Amino acid sequence: MKIMLKNLTKKFPGRSRKHPEDVIAVNDFTCEIPDGELVGLLGPSGCGKSTTLNMICGLEDASSGSIFFGDENVTALAPELRGVGMVFQNYALYPHLNVFKNIQFPLENLKGKERLSKGDMKSRVLEAARLVQIEDLLDRKPRELSGGQQQRVAIARALVKMPRVLLLDEPLSNLDARLRLQTREEIRKIQKKTGITTVFVTHDQEEAMSICDRIAVMNHGVLMQEGRPQDVYDNPANLFVARFLGTPPINVFHGTVRDETLFLNQAPVLKVKGVSDQDVIVGIRPEGFLLKSDGPLRCHLERIEVMGRDVSIVSTHSACTGTSLRSIISSESRVDTAAAEVCFSLKPGKVFLFSAKTEERISFEIPGQPLSKGE
Amino acid sequence: MNRNHKKAWLYLLPALLFLIFFMVYPLIDVFIYSAEEGFNFASQSYFGVGLYNFSYVLHDPYFLQAVQNTIILVIITVPVSTGLALLISLGLSSIKPLRDLYQTIYFLPYVTNTLAVGLVFMILFQPTEYTDGLVNMVIEFFGGSAVDFIDGPYWAKMFVLCFYTVWIVLPFKILVLTSALASVNPDYYKAARVDGTPKWRVFTKITLPMISPMIFYLVITGFIGAFKAYSDAVALFGTDLNAAGMNTIVGYVYDMLYGDSGGYPSYASAAAIILFAIVLTVTCINLLVSSRKISR
Amino acid sequence: MEEHEVYEKIQHKTNHRNKIQKAVTYIFLTLWALIVLFPFYWMILTSVKSYGAYNAEHTPAFFTLSPTIQNYIDAFTTVPLVGYLLNTAIFAVATTVIMVIVSTLAAYAFARLNFRGKNLVFTLFLSLMMIPSELVVITNFVTVTNLDLRNTFVGLVLPSVTSVFYIYLLKENFEQVPDELYRAAKVDGTSDLKYLWKVMIPICRPTIITITILKIIECWNSYVWPRLITDDPAYYLVSNGIQEIRENGFGRENIPAMMAAVVVISVPLIVLFLIFRKKIMAGVSQGGTKG
Repeated sequence: MKIMLKNLTKKFPGRSRKHPEDVIAVNDFTCEIPDGELVGLLGPSGCGKSTTLNMICGLEDASSGSIFFGDENVTALAPELRGVGMVFQNYALYPHLNVFKNIQFPLENLKGKERLSKGDMKSRVLEAARLVQIEDLLDRKPRELSGGQQQRVAIARALVKMPRVLLLDEPLSNLDARLRLQTREEIRKIQKKTGITTVFVTHDQEEAMSICDRIAVMNHGVLMQEGRPQDVYDNPANLFVARFLGTPPINVFHGTVRDETLFLNQAPVLKVKGVSDQDVIVGIRPEGFLLKSDGPLRCHLERIEVMGRDVSIVSTHSACTGTSLRSIISSESRVDTAAAEVCFSLKPGKVFLFSAKTEERISFEIPGQPLSKGE
Repeated sequence: MNRNHKKAWLYLLPALLFLIFFMVYPLIDVFIYSAEEGFNFASQSYFGVGLYNFSYVLHDPYFLQAVQNTIILVIITVPVSTGLALLISLGLSSIKPLRDLYQTIYFLPYVTNTLAVGLVFMILFQPTEYTDGLVNMVIEFFGGSAVDFIDGPYWAKMFVLCFYTVWIVLPFKILVLTSALASVNPDYYKAARVDGTPKWRVFTKITLPMISPMIFYLVITGFIGAFKAYSDAVALFGTDLNAAGMNTIVGYVYDMLYGDSGGYPSYASAAAIILFAIVLTVTCINLLVSSRKISR
Repeated sequence: MEEHEVYEKIQHKTNHRNKIQKAVTYIFLTLWALIVLFPFYWMILTSVKSYGAYNAEHTPAFFTLSPTIQNYIDAFTTVPLVGYLLNTAIFAVATTVIMVIVSTLAAYAFARLNFRGKNLVFTLFLSLMMIPSELVVITNFVTVTNLDLRNTFVGLVLPSVTSVFYIYLLKENFEQVPDELYRAAKVDGTSDLKYLWKVMIPICRPTIITITILKIIECWNSYVWPRLITDDPAYYLVSNGIQEIRENGFGRENIPAMMAAVVVISVPLIVLFLIFRKKIMAGVSQGGTKG
């Protein structure tokens, strides 16, 4: 089922007489989610991603805009009529019902023609339980289950109605680190097996990048960018997206462009063809540095962290906006740990320029060779 | 949205109806009654509006007797029951074996019918055909002389009433204080023991301040409860409390309303409002004192 | 060596003091336990003494060698004790059932639903908690009399239903059920009433049981309202029944038969208490008051 969100907006009335102005939680959100894909709705907390999810499932009314499932406009429909399954952050399992009855609960609400016989209900429940591999836990109460098992029950309960759309609200945030890795693979597998269009809300960009077909990055209620994870990572539309994606985070500098050359503190570091003279913000991915003794970017070496496959070099540069910059290079390259200075040249594809005023991306043509010192 | 509002009111409706009809309306009405002079219950008519009802009640010797009885009862039972409950709770929390058993026994009076057990107290204190009753036997055993506690002198009757009241109210107080004592963080006691603090100091400097909000709560509810004493008196002395000279303010209200002396809802209302005013004043004083003590 | 002895002496002394303290504590606690239990013992003892034996005693006897059940037979045959018990049971059950339903619905509205003026209404509800029943009983008596509902169960039950405190207690309990459950149920198309019935009530069952028991105890012991509203012995509850028995029943002298009636009236509550001891005590310490 394809999902279309058209100019979706959610306003909450001002909370008090002191703050009478409306709070805009989601602002003019337009996006298309292709059938059968797993889409990650990504952003920092309070960015409106959960509100968007709640509007898709119908728990909150949209202030304006519309939501289409396929060709059907569902904007005004009650949640139960939309055919959505939802998994909540804390799983929302009914504590007094055992696993079987929890999964069966949505089926008991079906009325009229959709009403199932006892036997049908049972087979549907068993099918859902098998899908998430909890067939042997059906008699247990939620409090007797581990976090990961509760998570599976919640997914089974969402799937048992055979929803057109599956919604997951921060489903992994209550699991410990190892279980989180395992469970996200699981979610991916289940989603692929069932082929249900799935929206997955998270604030963890790594999580979204690793399992989603597409990601949509939000900030302050506005959709910043949407696309395949690798595309978004390689081509961030603005400074926010560039900063939000990637671990370790991107290194940000103040720079200037003069004569199609990027200067950091008066030192030319990169040729940027097609960019007019202006002040810019420069983002360089940690993997965008090449260790080179005569490289144009000269940094003060702080320390070196060896992480097996890679070496992480922490250094400082006066144009850098953060306290230090971090570059990751292959562990095969030799670094002089005693040296006070370290010099890099840059991979142009890993360097992004943003307008200092709007923070929007400024693209440039990548020349054949990186600049070297003294050129 | 609108639909939801309506639904919410629908859920509230039964409770609202009950409360408005049996609490809010009567509350307003009681003030109206108290102002209607010479209200006649049969013809539902009155001939004036004013404060006569209050003045009548305040000059009625039965009412003054009731006020005196109630105040004596309050002054004796509230401190005695609170202090006794504190002692018992301290004792309970210092022992381990049999604690559950004792707690269960102490709670028993809470679940008994006040009227029924009052009858038992009556026969314990009352002379029988050939004896002066069990309590008098004990008194005589210790060299005292027998007293008729039920039909005898005022102080004896008051003693029985106070004793029975304390017996009835203790379970609640013991329960509240034991849970208050149990909720004091044991780390305080451990710290005090490491410092070698003497027991009495531990009690006055740690235990008492920690449970003082609960003690004040008990004192306040105790005052309110004791001012409303009635059924314990009926249990001991029968329904004609005026004749026994043991009436309470609440008893006076009901006697004015109903029974052989009844049919005067205006006087009853005036008396009830006077009672309410007394209770409100005492409670406010209590709250003032307690907030000052606790904040210190 | 000497130091060690001194230390032992001190140790011995404190041990000794602790033992005395323990003993004093136990004696004190036992004494009060006896004062609490004695009336119950005396009531049972007297109820099995025969009428003649009781009145012939020159010193009160602490036990009897010839127990009789004659008093119980008298209690059930010469006064309508069964009627009193039955009336009280009907009154307690009806009042409690209506109270639980009404309170649950109201608590649900306060805890779960949103409507304009909710805070205002709830504040008004809370302020009603401070109103003493003595103030409102007068008008209620007049109302019920004028409606010609004296000596009916309707007149007995209806004014006894309201209980702001239990609504408050339930609302607090309902609010602890996580919001997410409600939203999950909404996504599945659960109606509010079904959510209340299938999710809220089962989760909050302990509290509901507690208020049910507390209300039953309250009903069983209620005296003032039934006394005002019934003068036909056919509608007497146990409290009024016992008063009636005392004043007109067996005659003032037949104390053993009276005690038999008192035992019969006291036993149901004590049994209830022994079954639900933990629940009742927890519920009462949450805010029940008596006295």
